Amino acid sequence: MNYLIIGNSAAAVGCVEGIRQQDPDSAVTLVASEPYHTYSRPLISYLLGGKTDQARMRYRPAGFYEVNKVKTLLGKTATAILPDKKQVTLKSGETLPYDKLLVAAGSSPSVPPVKGLDKVKNKTAFLTLDDARYLEQRVKADTKVLILGAGLIGLKCAEGLRGRTPHIAVVDLADHILPSILDTEAALPIQRHISGQGVELVLSDAVQSFDRENAILKSGRIIPFDLLVVAVGVRPNTDLVAQAGGKVGRGVATDTFCRTSLPDVYAAGDCAESRDITTGADRVLALLPNAYMQGECAGIHMAGGEKPYDKAIPMNAIGFFGLHMITAGSYDGQEYRSDSGGCLKRLFYMDNLLRGYILIGDVGRAGIYTSLIRERVPLSSIDFELIKEKPQLMAFSSSERAKKLGGVRI
Amino acid sequence: MKRIYVNEKWCLGCHLCEYYCAFANSGQTDMAKALQGVRIHPRIQIEEEGGVSFAVSCRHCREPLCVKGCITGALTVRDGVITVDQNRCVGCYTCILSCPYGAVMPSESGTAVQKCELCLQNAGGKPACVRGCPNQAIVYEEREEEAL
Repeated sequence: MNYLIIGNSAAAVGCVEGIRQQDPDSAVTLVASEPYHTYSRPLISYLLGGKTDQARMRYRPAGFYEVNKVKTLLGKTATAILPDKKQVTLKSGETLPYDKLLVAAGSSPSVPPVKGLDKVKNKTAFLTLDDARYLEQRVKADTKVLILGAGLIGLKCAEGLRGRTPHIAVVDLADHILPSILDTEAALPIQRHISGQGVELVLSDAVQSFDRENAILKSGRIIPFDLLVVAVGVRPNTDLVAQAGGKVGRGVATDTFCRTSLPDVYAAGDCAESRDITTGADRVLALLPNAYMQGECAGIHMAGGEKPYDKAIPMNAIGFFGLHMITAGSYDGQEYRSDSGGCLKRLFYMDNLLRGYILIGDVGRAGIYTSLIRERVPLSSIDFELIKEKPQLMAFSSSERAKKLGGVRI
Repeated sequence: MKRIYVNEKWCLGCHLCEYYCAFANSGQTDMAKALQGVRIHPRIQIEEEGGVSFAVSCRHCREPLCVKGCITGALTVRDGVITVDQNRCVGCYTCILSCPYGAVMPSESGTAVQKCELCLQNAGGKPACVRGCPNQAIVYEEREEEAL
């Protein structure tokens, strides 16, 4: 068997580890545009903040490829999949054969259609190690940074840069930060916290045009800047699969084994869709745990095993300047809330199931809530009143606990 | 492999396991000096309610969601034992979001997480909570078992 993997982040690593659970010896080749050993992408903001370094950013140890007998072609870009010939062509002109192929091509930064953006000289996205290095080199104590987008990427970038410069403004059209994860109310305490750290949040506004180093906003305000970070969103890299005739929605369409509609071609990670079990909808869940588990599921299946990935849910653990929040699932149905001591908790439930939750401040043991969503635990089978108060195993029946903690056979 | 199992019928709710855990992981040799006047941060925690109590610590799952979801690679499995490299952990808490048992928690510093590592890094032999439990409510045994 000859396995080929396009990509070198979480999904690709998950695939390598999935393949090797089943097939210790067959050839695995991994091709990726970035010339680096696999690194943890979400750590680029921690790198800027001085909380990690390049050695510790390795997502797997230095000997990972050798131990797993993976041949790497790093710094090479795949340009086409030829499903009839079972080949992948590279920009360099080379052709790579495959028996089973994983596409873990990730995503690219979206470029907003703003007048004058192409004339802005000092600008970057914030997705890669190279982006972080670019900022590391250029941002000094007097550098004025403007960040477009108050989502996860934009705000983590702001946090990472804050120790380098006090001049950071973040602009977003939404009326609150993290619009894809939080509603206005839940976002408020985090907004206050981030503003309190000296990052200016400019919400319900957008850049209308750029005039060299000035951003002219819809409100009429002018924000001068030295450096622009564009973090308005990402676009899944679906072109390889789409051009080969594979089915593509917002991301590459996949089944529960991460197979695409093309024979022997799989997709995983930020370029692929998975089924969100809290809504039943297929969507791109661009989250590192999801990427790893999709990749692993694909790898196992590529190597002849079967371990469906059918428990995907949206979920996020994020912290800004020491304030932590954890969210999961969908925010629909009835709501239970508590707001005490600066800690917000909101649980959403419907049809005897926990559907989603938001925790801000006190996030301890949140995974117990996550498991209720992921495992679709009927709320009637647990003491819901008790678990509303705090996540605890006490809310389960003693026989269920005997299984969880006592190793009693199910 | 040997794992920690809990029998809640025997748990007295005395919290000694928490103190033995905190001491074992304190790096100190004198229990009184290590714990006196200190707010402890044990990796095993007692839940109690209405006369029922039991200890909760890492299950060292065969399908470890904490390890698979770890964004840095700081959480790893070796010979079935899940450990965290606090030097690589950045304290993002994705593992706290993932663990179905609530058995991973922030370390005292808050900049990394901590969890039960079966005392393999410190005391050796039996985990300290097991040695310290006065009523054998926590045991360390090799059992034939289902996948956790």
